[in-house]
Amino acid sequence: MTGTTADLILLAFGVFGLLIGLTLLGEGLRLRLGAQHSNPVIETYMTRIRAWWAMVILLSLALISGQTGVLVLFAFVSFAALREFLTLTTKSQADHLALATGFFVILPAQYILIGMDWPALFGILIPVYAFLLLPIVSVLRGDPNRFLIRVAETQWGLMICVYCASHVPALMTIPIPGYDGRAVLLIAFLVMVVQFGDLLEYYFGRRIGGRKIAPGISPKSWAGLACGVTCAALIGGLLHWITPFGVFGAMGMAAVAALTGLFGNIVFAAIRRDKGVKDWSHLIPGQGGIMDQLDSVAFAAPVFYHLTRFIWSA
Amino acid sequence: MDQTNPLRRFAASFTGHAITLFARFITAVRADWRGIEPVQRQRVYFANHTSNGDMPMIWSVLPPAMRRETRPVAAADYWLKNRLRAFVGGEVFRAVLIYRNPEGRTEDPMAKIIAALNDGSSLIIFPEGARNMGSDPLLPFKSGIYNIGRAHPGVDLVPTWVANLNTIMPKGEVIPLPLICTVTFGTPLHVDPDETKDAFLARATAALLALAPKPARAS
Repeated sequence: MTGTTADLILLAFGVFGLLIGLTLLGEGLRLRLGAQHSNPVIETYMTRIRAWWAMVILLSLALISGQTGVLVLFAFVSFAALREFLTLTTKSQADHLALATGFFVILPAQYILIGMDWPALFGILIPVYAFLLLPIVSVLRGDPNRFLIRVAETQWGLMICVYCASHVPALMTIPIPGYDGRAVLLIAFLVMVVQFGDLLEYYFGRRIGGRKIAPGISPKSWAGLACGVTCAALIGGLLHWITPFGVFGAMGMAAVAALTGLFGNIVFAAIRRDKGVKDWSHLIPGQGGIMDQLDSVAFAAPVFYHLTRFIWSA
Repeated sequence: MDQTNPLRRFAASFTGHAITLFARFITAVRADWRGIEPVQRQRVYFANHTSNGDMPMIWSVLPPAMRRETRPVAAADYWLKNRLRAFVGGEVFRAVLIYRNPEGRTEDPMAKIIAALNDGSSLIIFPEGARNMGSDPLLPFKSGIYNIGRAHPGVDLVPTWVANLNTIMPKGEVIPLPLICTVTFGTPLHVDPDETKDAFLARATAALLALAPKPARAS
């Protein structure tokens, strides 16, 4: 067993232990309330924990299986997220081929380029080539009605669900001196600090309240945000041993990732409101869709990727 | 149907599973049991028809036990065009095949439909009679559903709305788009003893339309 695998297993068991604790806590609170009273905060908390269990198990398996496993997992996550996103965007039959190209050509190509470790190309495939190609494919079918809205919403979906999400596995391609073969741990780090940031922001935000960040869009408050980001930084510091960042570097990276993720969450709340839906889909029972889980990680991933590359890469 | 050889039966069941799996992979199709429970009862699901994928979607979301008892009513001219379609239509979906064109047909479509109901099967029908290509949400219903309701007053007539398929697989496209499809089952209708055909068809149309998802915002 390599040191990386051992670290991953240690990390996985740590998280399992935490989840067992959190599950027991929720069940305990439920028990105290009695069967006939259900508290929406506890129920939301419990569904979040359940989704966490599934995510942790899937991600652990993918990380332990290595680069291919992670790429395949995130390619499917992108597919499911893009499916949810484009279900709600503006489109006409003239876009059929363009959308199919997005799903069946652009999406796999992005992950294959990451697998081939070709950063010069996977960095621009969607923001440049898909951006130019898909409107051309659409326009050939000749329907100018709401054209700009159609191509813009499609491009936005591809950027978030494929481009941004693919920067999580892309972390494995960054050459960092003295960190060879350990890059899967960076993925674990990113996902953990962002998700812990979310969870703790939720916990403290509901407790403290305070001035809302975006009234009418999201219940998140500035105080909750500050607590979430601070906690994420502390957790990042505790996890510094799996990163190449050092203690303070890890705290800073965790804070940036959590902050970006939380704002991503608010942006997605605005999109859901605009489209008049509560959740993106029904794919995760009691929890909404893949997109509801992915939004914060997708926002944080490219920033985390570029900072890592910029500061720590060889 | 039982005298076919076991290999063909296996192939039919395998193809059925493959179709369900494909439908789920592409559209994550799910049922919204708004007006009925997913229990075994003789029913006629009447649905909107915008795509050839409509029937397989409804078929896929039915629990397997219900699926075995449910037969789609489909156009013979489409499903008998070649041997593959005849296999899928006849042995996988076990469709009640009817000829839409009155010229040159030897059997009465309504008699075949009633015979299937007499056997105890549930049915999937598309009362618009043809795929809806226009911008109206529904075409005027044919009278078949009224006649079914008259002949079998005890059978539930269940309005069934298939959302999104006209975008997933519009007529003339080859590649299905992976978008989320929802099949909504509404509250069952029955033909009232003294209800006229037009009154019932209007009621059935309204019941089906009521299940269509509302556009998010007026634009």
